[in-house]
Amino acid sequence: MVISSALIIWKGLIYITGSESPVVVVLSGSMEPGFKRGDILFLNMNKDPIRAGQIVVFNDGRDVPIVHRVIEVHEQRDSKEADILTKGDANPHDDRMLYTSSNRWLQRKYIMGRAVGFLPYVGWLTIIMTDKPII
Amino acid sequence: MHSFGYRLNGLLTFAVTILALMCVIASLSDNLNIPSPSAEIQIMNINWFQKQPKGSDEVSLRMNISADLQSLFTWNTKQVFIFVAAEYETRKNSLNQVSLWDAIIPAKERAKFWIRSSNKYRFVDHGKNLRGKEFNLTLHWHVMPKTGKMFADKIVMSGYSLPEEYI
Repeated sequence: MVISSALIIWKGLIYITGSESPVVVVLSGSMEPGFKRGDILFLNMNKDPIRAGQIVVFNDGRDVPIVHRVIEVHEQRDSKEADILTKGDANPHDDRMLYTSSNRWLQRKYIMGRAVGFLPYVGWLTIIMTDKPII
Repeated sequence: MHSFGYRLNGLLTFAVTILALMCVIASLSDNLNIPSPSAEIQIMNINWFQKQPKGSDEVSLRMNISADLQSLFTWNTKQVFIFVAAEYETRKNSLNQVSLWDAIIPAKERAKFWIRSSNKYRFVDHGKNLRGKEFNLTLHWHVMPKTGKMFADKIVMSGYSLPEEYI
């Protein structure tokens, strides 16, 4: 019962939010005290432009996506492409050192979604299952 | 049909469903709150304004920030993340937003404050466009709940400008 209803909710969320992974688990403490390890974030991805202050999930070719806040946006007048810089709330420095490409900025194509809501603690189930595959 | 496993499964599903419903209701109750925040930012001083060795303009400024954000807090609020960003346009970019300072307000009592600070993060342009530039200062807030939907909004304050020449 639990598994089938979870699956229905998951598929429903994918459809509603228009994102491939509508829910992510927070894996690090870089956004504390707002998000702690084990929290779940609900994502949304629409065509609205990325603006400073939004919490985005991005993956520029790394193992796990990162959930951080946008702190700088430089949007070009003609192409509407934007250069984006992010930083975790609890980190002293911005993410420039983390970006995998030699680019000093992120582009919209690396962003999987914006965090719009959250549930505490529920993500621990996923973390336990990946850390201890025996269960 | 009445084994321990089935009963536990049924009980767990019921409990999780009720919990999820409570979280949704808690989040919906945030919509009842109509916030009325206020803020004011003054630039006390431009500390320095230079062109970096590799070519971009950079400014350091000292600000006086006062705000009353107490009306943003509800019983379901864990913290409010606020930041001040400079917004301006240049010939090449229709919008530039650079975050200068941020803070976390953990409780309603701390939401009415007055602080003097230099910019925490470097105000660096994507070029050399800052001389004489007019810009807005925006105070953004992001209400992070104990559970549920996050709310974000901002106050835009305009009328600030940078000096015509490097200092």
